[in-house]
Amino acid sequence: MNKEMSKKTILWTLFRTMFILSACTFGGGFVIVSLMKKKYVEELKWLDEDEMLDITAITQSSPGPLPVNASVIIGYRMCGIAGSIAAVLGAILPPMIIISLICVFYNQFRTNKYIAIALQVMRAGVAAVIFDVVINLAKNVCKTRRVLYIGMMITAFICTYFFGVSAMLIILICLGIGIADLLIDLAAKKKGDAE
Amino acid sequence: MSILLKLFLSFLQVGLFSVGGGYAAIPLIQYQIVEVHGLMTMEEFSDLITIAEMTPGPISINSSTFVGTRLAGVFGAIICTLGCIIPSFIICLTLAHFYYKYRNFSGVQTVLGALRPATVALIGSAGMSILMLGLFQSNIFGARFENFHVIEFALFGVCLFLLRKYKINAITIILGSGVVGTIIYLVKGLLV
Repeated sequence: MNKEMSKKTILWTLFRTMFILSACTFGGGFVIVSLMKKKYVEELKWLDEDEMLDITAITQSSPGPLPVNASVIIGYRMCGIAGSIAAVLGAILPPMIIISLICVFYNQFRTNKYIAIALQVMRAGVAAVIFDVVINLAKNVCKTRRVLYIGMMITAFICTYFFGVSAMLIILICLGIGIADLLIDLAAKKKGDAE
Repeated sequence: MSILLKLFLSFLQVGLFSVGGGYAAIPLIQYQIVEVHGLMTMEEFSDLITIAEMTPGPISINSSTFVGTRLAGVFGAIICTLGCIIPSFIICLTLAHFYYKYRNFSGVQTVLGALRPATVALIGSAGMSILMLGLFQSNIFGARFENFHVIEFALFGVCLFLLRKYKINAITIILGSGVVGTIIYLVKGLLV
């Protein structure tokens, strides 16, 4: 992380980057998570990859819109409550401005065929960005060489994609598995100490 | 009760109870705005969802801005959006505080370690859904070969290649795919 950055620069960077990411996020919360990962982990190196995944899990299990939740946490991490406010403002201003404008031109917007085509083809680009991020993340899960983790990743994917299990439920179950894993670990250590 | 207060309280509840992303918020907004307060008709509400899905940004922010603007102008939009984000702001701030306080304990690391593969799977699943929508304009169960969109498939391939090989900026890729794809469709339309 860049330590020379002053508080003001950090706040401005938070606001600016969130504003741009939010303005370009077509198609739901996980798209912006992929973009945030690229921006804050790979480009600015503000967060490490595990941290970004933890933040995603936290945002997914709290109420409210995912991009706003993630902005709160990333902002807090970088600059306390002021950081949260800067990041959230950045995240909510673009949709607010765009929707206010569209309210005025609603009928022209809805029936415009070029807009419809652009929105359809843009899905290809959005999907490519998410796949790029997921390939990197999945590689790192495989690098842990823990059969438990790799198995959990595959099972969770099948459950959400093919059976529509809610993200919230998946996270709660994995939280349970994590706690069980910790307890087994502790018990094994205790046994080792006793011998 | 003034309409602004009504809107604020309604969206406070939407913000507090929409756990699990944007689509969870839709039925809550419908209940508050259409059924409880009768501020919008069902037809207006479905227009709202169409717009919210067509524009960038979280669905609940889009909807609160739309409802607020329609019913009480710019000030209404601000009130609704604030109502919608205040609960999650407080909750996430609290969670963030505890996360950063305890994340370095090895026990906490073990538990969080189990959440990471799941998160990767969730992101992957969202990516898959968008890809299927792009390629077949449907989910995987409704995908038919005759609906296969070759242009989108080619765009997807090129974009992924550019991202992996040349690390091109993600936003350039998203907007670029929109521009290039639209041009290809227009040219194709002229030729046919």
